[in-house]
Amino acid sequence: MKDNGSALVAVRVLLATLLLGSVAPAHPASRAVTEQGSDAYARCIGCHSLERNRTGPLHCGLLGRTAGTAAGYNYSDAMAELGIVWDRSTLDAFLREPMNFVPGTSMGYAGVADPAIRAAIIDYIEAAGSDADVCPPGLGR
Amino acid sequence: MVQRQDSKPMQPARRQFLFATAGAGLSGVVVARLAGIVRPAHAGEASEDDIRILNTALSAEREAVAAYNLGAATGLLTAGVKRLAITFRDHHAEHADLLERTVRAIGGQVSEAVQSYDFPKDDLQTQADVLGFAASLERGAVSAYSGAIPVFNDRELAGAAASILADEAMHWAVLRQALGQEPVPSAFIS
Repeated sequence: MKDNGSALVAVRVLLATLLLGSVAPAHPASRAVTEQGSDAYARCIGCHSLERNRTGPLHCGLLGRTAGTAAGYNYSDAMAELGIVWDRSTLDAFLREPMNFVPGTSMGYAGVADPAIRAAIIDYIEAAGSDADVCPPGLGR
Repeated sequence: MVQRQDSKPMQPARRQFLFATAGAGLSGVVVARLAGIVRPAHAGEASEDDIRILNTALSAEREAVAAYNLGAATGLLTAGVKRLAITFRDHHAEHADLLERTVRAIGGQVSEAVQSYDFPKDDLQTQADVLGFAASLERGAVSAYSGAIPVFNDRELAGAAASILADEAMHWAVLRQALGQEPVPSAFIS
């Protein structure tokens, strides 16, 4: 049985992990992200993280990146040929209905219906992208 | 519970496959039964999208197997926790096996397995680190499956995916409990 101290440490560890995406190092104190955003982003971490390509591509450098161009990630043909640049608007549309926005995408996911949650996810990715402790300059571009 | 009578072939090869795999283990039986529940009213034909969804799920399951292998090999886990990690790893391996064989059975091409994973090994310094790492994977998997289930063209596949989701939600709850957290944090998870 854990005592209160170790339980608190465990909670901090998990929160830090969630903040970073599932396979990222912990930088809880410096993270320029909101709690709401990290909670919203938690739904992405089955496949994505900020700093690493996983089942899905990394999210560092996402805003401003041409779709299908993250180095080292094997995209679907549909995404590789999309030819758009991710900004808040295009990312919002994609998150709303990924499979309709990019037919043939590997992201077999119904989408995030709630615009506030989509905004929180995008806020989180944007904030992380501007935090050099999380996303070093150039990562994901 | 509605159970399938398997005395005569009723379905295309893919469905026969799902039921044929049931003899391989308990999870196969559960998957087959859950799939059977939805067949009469909602069964459809698998689409190219279905194959992509299955392959994406397969990639995530393979990663989970590798992650649990990593955690189990750290030397940081107590014997009981290590047994738990290995059990969960084996569940993910069963999921991956079923997904892979299902993709093949419906005529799809199985995605290529990644040879190595870029896990943050340096950040796994304590048992709590390992548990938190695993918990975050399981939490994400719950969302991934809950987002995939509505978009399967073939509702039988959606039922099978739901049985995997249920298993991984239990993993997440157990891991949260082991971390000293509220095991089930809310009534709805998306």
